[in-house]
Amino acid sequence: TSPVQHETFPLRGTVTLIPGDGIGPEISSAVMKIFEAAKAPIRWEERNVTAIKGPGGRWMIPPDAKESMDRSKIGLKGPLKTPIAAGHPSMNLLLRKTFDLYANVRPCVSIEGYKTPYTDVNLVTIRENTEGEYSGIEHVIVDGVVQSIKLITEDASRRIAEYAFEYARNNQRTSVTAVHKANIMRMSDGLFLRKCREVAENYKDIKFTEMYLDTVCLNMVQDPTQFDVLVMPNLYGDILSDLCAGLIGGLGVTPSGNIGANGVAIFESVHGTAPDIAGLDMANPTALLLSAVMMLRHMGLHDYGNKIQTACFDTIRDKKVLTKDLGGNSKCSEFTAEICRRIQDMA
Amino acid sequence: MAAHSAVLSMSKIINPFWGGRLGNTVKVFGTTLTSHRNKTLLTGENIPPPAKYGGRHTVTLIPGDGIGPELLNHVREVFRFSCVPVDFEVVNVNSALETDDDMNNAITAIRRNGIALKGNIETKHTMAPSVKSRNNLLRTSLDLYANVMHCQSLPGVQTRHKNIDIMIIRENTEGEYSSLEHESVSGVVESLKIITRNNSLRIADYAFKLAREKGRRRVTAVHKANIMKLGDGLFLQCCREVASGYPDITFDSMIVDNTTMQLVSKPHQFDVMVMPNLYGNVVSNVCAGLVGGPGLVPGANYGNAYAVFETATRNTGKSIAGKNIANPTAMLLASCMMLDHLKLYDHATMIRHAVLKTMNETRLHTADIGGQGTTSEVVQTIMRIIQSGGQLTTEL
Repeated sequence: TSPVQHETFPLRGTVTLIPGDGIGPEISSAVMKIFEAAKAPIRWEERNVTAIKGPGGRWMIPPDAKESMDRSKIGLKGPLKTPIAAGHPSMNLLLRKTFDLYANVRPCVSIEGYKTPYTDVNLVTIRENTEGEYSGIEHVIVDGVVQSIKLITEDASRRIAEYAFEYARNNQRTSVTAVHKANIMRMSDGLFLRKCREVAENYKDIKFTEMYLDTVCLNMVQDPTQFDVLVMPNLYGDILSDLCAGLIGGLGVTPSGNIGANGVAIFESVHGTAPDIAGLDMANPTALLLSAVMMLRHMGLHDYGNKIQTACFDTIRDKKVLTKDLGGNSKCSEFTAEICRRIQDMA
Repeated sequence: MAAHSAVLSMSKIINPFWGGRLGNTVKVFGTTLTSHRNKTLLTGENIPPPAKYGGRHTVTLIPGDGIGPELLNHVREVFRFSCVPVDFEVVNVNSALETDDDMNNAITAIRRNGIALKGNIETKHTMAPSVKSRNNLLRTSLDLYANVMHCQSLPGVQTRHKNIDIMIIRENTEGEYSSLEHESVSGVVESLKIITRNNSLRIADYAFKLAREKGRRRVTAVHKANIMKLGDGLFLQCCREVASGYPDITFDSMIVDNTTMQLVSKPHQFDVMVMPNLYGNVVSNVCAGLVGGPGLVPGANYGNAYAVFETATRNTGKSIAGKNIANPTAMLLASCMMLDHLKLYDHATMIRHAVLKTMNETRLHTADIGGQGTTSEVVQTIMRIIQSGGQLTTEL
């Protein structure tokens, strides 16, 4: 076989698309249709990810998927099935390890037209995604006593703090808040906090504050408008990012992006595969679409991103064509067509 | 007052299982008290609360930092005004000191009296990591394994969600709060989270007993066992084991991130929740926020032999200290819980009724719930309502 030619720089405009399982394929094609209507300069490379056993017995993703991602550096992923007792770790975990996806970014913005008790939410949660409480290191010390290890390292903390401040600067955000529990976990969260403080010194234009996890939770449900960018270790990030998703309407409308080392970024929808409605043209592509918009912004294609986002929000605000989970009874294809129509009208 | 207590004693003998007017609470808090006190409770005789000196109880009072001292002063004021037979033994803890002597004195005092009412003690995390959280030290030394918080929507408070009624039972001594940390290699810190079978069984048992006594239908265990398979897996397994002994109560479980999402969108699906330490911290703060904020919810920490009462969200409130704007509701309701624990039900009901009436009917609210009243105005109104209730009180 001839060696694969690798480009020495990422091909602008190529995205590795991983449709996923369940409703994944239909929402992915919806996104592709909308991008076509917007004439976005994106070339899609569809790949499938299933766990395969590589040399040495280690589980890995298929080599063609890895090669495509390494080349394009940008990925868009639909929901992946998590197999129970399949013998291999979850695909999300494999992807995370393969590309060292250290930052999970979730912007939570209230969607006008999708009413929740919370309006005017506009914040971003940035969660450290590689270590912390999810290191998976557990032992049974004696029968009936289990110990789980939470790992915090200087490097990972510094890396996530730097990303958070860079993100804030690039997206015109005014403040970054570090969320921690350093009163109880003195050394571990103390280290995290110290690193955040050090990095904050280099970003004097951005306000840096620290807040206890419980205070953040308390204030978040009373007045979410006081928060801007939040940066935190793994577990707190998991809880808080889902809490914020709940504020704006749930996982069906929340975008998410994972940033890795070496410039790789994978954007994804965080909802499940919804096997009960798969193939019935009932799915809501909003989450994947908003993640794709995040992706366009990451690539510098802000105009296309704004156009698509406006079309999507306008459709939801109008309430005429909505999928079932948003309170209407239109099909996924009708919802997609409506958004495409709006985009074409905008041109 | 003497005639009144004679009537009360009579009613207790006639209705041995009724206790005071707040029937339910007797059975709940009575069980945790029984061990070495009131052994006659088991034979069916109800005797008045065990008070040592002249019928008065002694309770340890730890003012703490921030708004703690001023709120506890208001509690004392209300107690004095209402002629509550409780004397407070005040133990100050200086959070700026590095040694634990102050804390040890406080713990000894609580061991002596059995009950405490406390404000939050600040943990300055700028000090060396060897100086651990004093509040945590208190909870673990006295083995106050159950933290109970009852979140109820109050009709007079404006919130986004109405009619919430959730009981949260949180394991209070182990889990992520074990304070076992070390730097294995320079730049790498490990923090240990310990889950034991004994403590998990104990807290699950407490949760189900409480659910049954309060007539609750469902208990939900909150966990993250899909990631922490051994640790939270053990906790979940213990909950299931205990649940099998209570077939009248439905048991289900939910992952913590989904739980927070459900709480902010559909909080009415929850009834009683039981969970390990850290998730308890998150969930109890979310629920406190849902019902109106940290100034409204009282909390209690129970062990087999001791009980400590405080505000549920344990805030120091440094930024509002000394400004007379703190909300006294949470601390006053916590003191009522304490009075229930001491079996002084009449006093508890009287004060609780006055506090809730002020909150719900007079619209005199402090700043944290959107009003403009000061702490002292609220307390004065509460005392006025107590006085008009007809009990003998001192001069206003």
